[in-house]
Amino acid sequence: MTPDILIPLLAATVQSGTPILFATLGAIFCEKSGVLNLGVEGIMAVGALAGFSISLATGSPWLGFLAGGLSGVLAGSIHGLVCLGFLGNQVVSGLALTILGVGMANYLGTPLIGVNAPGFGPVDLPVLSKLPIIGPVFFRHDPLVYVSYLIPAGMWYFFRYTRAGLRLRSAGENPDAAQAAGISSVNYRWMGVMAGGFFMGLGGAYLSLAYTHMWANHLTAGRGWIAVALVIFAFWNPLRAVAGAYLFGGVMAFQFRLQASGTHIPSSFLLMLPYALTLSVLVFSSWRGGSSATPQALGVNIEPAD
Amino acid sequence: MLDAVGGTDVPPILLLIHHKDESHTTMFDLTIRKRPETLGWTAALIYCGAVVMSLVISAGMLLFQGNSPLEGLGLLLQGAFGSSYAIEDCLIKAIPIYLCSLGVAIAFRLQIWNIGAEGQFAFGAIGATWVAISFPGHSAWVMIPAMMAAAFLFGGLWGVIPAVLKLKAKANEIIVTLMLNYIAILFLDYLVYGPWKSPDSFGFPMTQEFSAGAIIGKIGETNLNWGLLICVLSGLVIYVFFRFTLMGFELKASGENVRAARYARLPYERLVIISMFLSGAFAGWAGFVEASATLNRLQPTIMVGYGYTAIVVAWLARLNPFYIGISSFLLAGLRVGVENLQLELQVPAAFGEIMEGLILLTILAGTFFVNYRFARRQRP
Repeated sequence: MTPDILIPLLAATVQSGTPILFATLGAIFCEKSGVLNLGVEGIMAVGALAGFSISLATGSPWLGFLAGGLSGVLAGSIHGLVCLGFLGNQVVSGLALTILGVGMANYLGTPLIGVNAPGFGPVDLPVLSKLPIIGPVFFRHDPLVYVSYLIPAGMWYFFRYTRAGLRLRSAGENPDAAQAAGISSVNYRWMGVMAGGFFMGLGGAYLSLAYTHMWANHLTAGRGWIAVALVIFAFWNPLRAVAGAYLFGGVMAFQFRLQASGTHIPSSFLLMLPYALTLSVLVFSSWRGGSSATPQALGVNIEPAD
Repeated sequence: MLDAVGGTDVPPILLLIHHKDESHTTMFDLTIRKRPETLGWTAALIYCGAVVMSLVISAGMLLFQGNSPLEGLGLLLQGAFGSSYAIEDCLIKAIPIYLCSLGVAIAFRLQIWNIGAEGQFAFGAIGATWVAISFPGHSAWVMIPAMMAAAFLFGGLWGVIPAVLKLKAKANEIIVTLMLNYIAILFLDYLVYGPWKSPDSFGFPMTQEFSAGAIIGKIGETNLNWGLLICVLSGLVIYVFFRFTLMGFELKASGENVRAARYARLPYERLVIISMFLSGAFAGWAGFVEASATLNRLQPTIMVGYGYTAIVVAWLARLNPFYIGISSFLLAGLRVGVENLQLELQVPAAFGEIMEGLILLTILAGTFFVNYRFARRQRP
């Protein structure tokens, strides 16, 4: 492949990988605290709608982006309320949240179909965008992509070197022992659910504000579920999540271009690619022992002592 | 997990943390205790309260759209159960939901989270259609059993894939089954847009209409089809299977405690494969009934999310075949009622999904009050 085909493809890879990256980071944050959140897809849908409608109402895409994150916190809190407050089953609650979130977004978003809201366009970074290859691939995007570059390292540092990060992890590894050591595991799990929801919401808002620039039903199209799978691929490591998200961005960008080029491969098979890749990546990383990195108390509620 | 508490192998990160006395507290100095007794009527009351709460929130959503909530809920109820025609429609929609849910419940018994009924449903429909369009013109006595066998096999095998991946690679079945849903639906699209597209469909993605022998007939003068009988018989078989057979007992026992089951040398792996096969096979039958009785052909509109509703149904019914029947009927009623709302008040179809999600969440939260009670904290 010649560079003038490859470089735009790689740039598109980064752009379509970004919403998945936000969502995967959110899911990692949540799961590190021991809460399995299968509501990612629903939270992303809600974030996408909130981002779009607030941007439309205020004219500021940045406020929209923030609203996407905050709506993610709210939606995540529903999961928190059911699982942490009422000790409900985390799998069922997450599934219910996905049904509810996607339903809400489609319901409330109906009048917005076909409307244009102010979104984000590309902003070339000074100096960096002039670099050969790296410049056009990484530094000629919308500002949200640059935001996404900062989060993985920050999250990695948070888990590894801060007190709050260690405590949050302890709530996910062994909440009883953490409790015995005087840490309120439940509070740290709340932190995981809410902060995780924030990033998932940002991922949704990225889709409507910077990726499609318009509203459609089922905008998220399974990206939330891909994020849930990528957490396992990333071994719960925010830095590895970057590689996973861009792998998917690459397949989506490739599939899109192939379809536009008028290939003879039926489009159903091209559309299958991201899902088939998720499946194989998941099987491969699970087989390689990804489950050994699982937070030990993931999905297990903190039961009150008798 | 618990051994780490008492022994020396407390994770090192925990040693960094200073001690502070904070246990599971709630407001007003109350503490949560597990209920020693099981609740009877009070539990029913709690669940009713949960449903009422989800209705109140849904009514709020209607108000948000500028509709009268009472009128809306009235139209919903009337549309679902207000006429014999509506009730017939509910029963027709309850058939595929019931079969999918019965299947899902088998896997859930074993604590296998099969979210893949939607894809298994698609493959069942594909299998049945394959028989129907490959061997047209035979009598129903040949066609219907052959289509049922194909749907059972196709759906079942699509269900076995996640089981094998779970056992051999420890791949999480929730994500695998979900991805297989997307793949199955796209494969169905490929077939009806491509090789199976009927030459006289005016370009629409659909197969040719099935021959008379491949269509399940209607019961007497009603609009109901004989799929209802398949539901009743399947439900009975599953009830007997779990109640009176050794394998049914083994499945239940392994679901309650996997580790204990392994110690007892129960064939856990074989049970996982068999339960996932059956799980997919029943969803496959649902696909068969939809293709044969409702649409009389295969087309993309066959996928309307029955497989996802089935998960809600199975959970609400606590996996009991009889209760699954009731909750299938009620959630089918929700779909029919929402269609009426769409017609009368132009409420988007997604309103049904909102209600499904809300009912599940409020019931889940309500279960807390069934299992736990509040007690005053004991002071030392």
